Amino acid sequence: MSTRNNAWIAYVFLAPVFIVMTLLVFIPLAQGISYSFTNMNQYNMGNQFLPPSYEWIGLKNYSDLFGTIFQPKSVFRDVLVQTAIWTFVNVFFHFTLGLFLALLLNRKIKGRGIYRMLLMVPWAVPSFVGAFAWQWMYNDKYGLFNLVLKNLGLPAVPWLGDSFWAMFSAILVNVWIGIPFMMVTLLGGLQSIPESLYEAARIDGATWWQQLKNITLPLLKPVAATATTLGIIWTFNMFNIIYLITGGGPVHSTEILVTYAYREAFRNWNLGIASTYGVVILSVLIVFTLFYRRVLKANANEGVYY
Amino acid sequence: MRQSNGWVHLILIISCFLAVFPVLWILATSFKPEAEVFSSSIQWIPETFTLENYKTVLTRSNGIFLTWFKNSVLIALFTTLVGLVLSTTAAYAISRYKFRGRSGVELSVLITQMFPGALLIIPLYLIINKLGLLNSYFGIILAYSTVSVPFCIMNLKSFFDTIPYELEEAARVDGLSHLGTFVRIVLPLSLPGLAVTAFYSFITAWNEFLIAITLMNEETMYTLPIGLQQFVNQFNTDYHLMAAAAILITLPVLCFFLFAQRYLISGMTAGGTKG
Repeated sequence: MSTRNNAWIAYVFLAPVFIVMTLLVFIPLAQGISYSFTNMNQYNMGNQFLPPSYEWIGLKNYSDLFGTIFQPKSVFRDVLVQTAIWTFVNVFFHFTLGLFLALLLNRKIKGRGIYRMLLMVPWAVPSFVGAFAWQWMYNDKYGLFNLVLKNLGLPAVPWLGDSFWAMFSAILVNVWIGIPFMMVTLLGGLQSIPESLYEAARIDGATWWQQLKNITLPLLKPVAATATTLGIIWTFNMFNIIYLITGGGPVHSTEILVTYAYREAFRNWNLGIASTYGVVILSVLIVFTLFYRRVLKANANEGVYY
Repeated sequence: MRQSNGWVHLILIISCFLAVFPVLWILATSFKPEAEVFSSSIQWIPETFTLENYKTVLTRSNGIFLTWFKNSVLIALFTTLVGLVLSTTAAYAISRYKFRGRSGVELSVLITQMFPGALLIIPLYLIINKLGLLNSYFGIILAYSTVSVPFCIMNLKSFFDTIPYELEEAARVDGLSHLGTFVRIVLPLSLPGLAVTAFYSFITAWNEFLIAITLMNEETMYTLPIGLQQFVNQFNTDYHLMAAAAILITLPVLCFFLFAQRYLISGMTAGGTKG
């Protein structure tokens, strides 16, 4: 590596990005945080012709949100709980099903390349197209799923019309979209485990389950930790699927933090409250990211570069 | 371990079917006449095969679909270009030089990359509105670069990390300047990395939805993802037309993605992207 007296070169190389990011990210971000202390809405936000006239209201937005948490009716609490359910259930199935498929694909079988390619399709399709395809299949009257149920003589399911089923349906779509990334990443991890370890284990008479428990899973841990942490962050941030499949409904029941922040901002035009949601999201993400970086560093020390 | 792989194939075939059937179903829908789409029989192969839906999508409102297509291509292309131009030198600096504040820079890039559009979009919307740049390519490209620049930096840094430093040392000994070494030695060696990063950046912009619906509200300025939603509003969901449009949007991306996937994955996990 270069010596420290070349540091000025690094600053020259970083300067353009630094300027652009300051203007487009850091200043807007600071502004976004400051809006969370105001009562900004569509009437006082200002535009090309009118100067803004919103007022500083201190911590009122925060007390409005957090103050309701223990009250019987609290949209904020519902959204928090739904975000947790959404993130946990999705990542759980991404990981377990992704690992299962990766283990199958790691065997020496015919047609492995074709299986792998077909299993990647949900990831390769743009998420808004995937969302559309599922929404069409969820259609009450002409959707594929209810037609199949009808042919089997079973009652129709209100896929998007009921708060339980709507959450179920949205999660199902996102599980479908998220498995391939996990599968491919874990497969990469599996393939980097030396075959000689398994040979030695087999000579010692280890069963399939013992090999999985004592060789595969421990050696897969660094890759799995990285992929899972990334998966949590992406799922937490996943706007498109909820917005396009359920629109957050019926009655907030599938709203998560990012979609609700968007609704408050650009449907209800409560920009102050929306920014407060933004700050909550940012805080959670900073914790996730710090954790992610620790995972990356721990893995780098173990010599695994994923 | 010599055992029958029959059950493995069975599970994989079922899984592959589950992975592709939604796409096959819209493919089938896109070739059906309207009456067959809205009927209660399940037809995987259309009884009457028709290209009418595609024709309608491409020609309605004076071919507005092609305008959306053009918008999408131009915006994704310029976003990628801006991202690459700004981030190559920065990624190189983070990969190669020790300097004060380096870990701070790295962390802020990482955090910026994790931002959901939902957070930055409020201040960005207000700024872009104030500048009168709603419904303009320039405005949306500015907004997209908040996503593409950090992404490109992380991705390119991990590629630069794999290039042996000895090559640059040799070039420096032979009298090349810092910039000369970067342009003549490092950039040519990282062409594959640049290509993958460009491709991914393009796809991310192509698929972006949240920022686009916020900043583009004139029909002629829509990108394809918002355009697709138009079929819901205007015709009370014309699924047969929407399916044809969806196939037209997906096909180029899908082919390229499946072709290029093996080169993408290493970069993906090293850099991390938004979903």
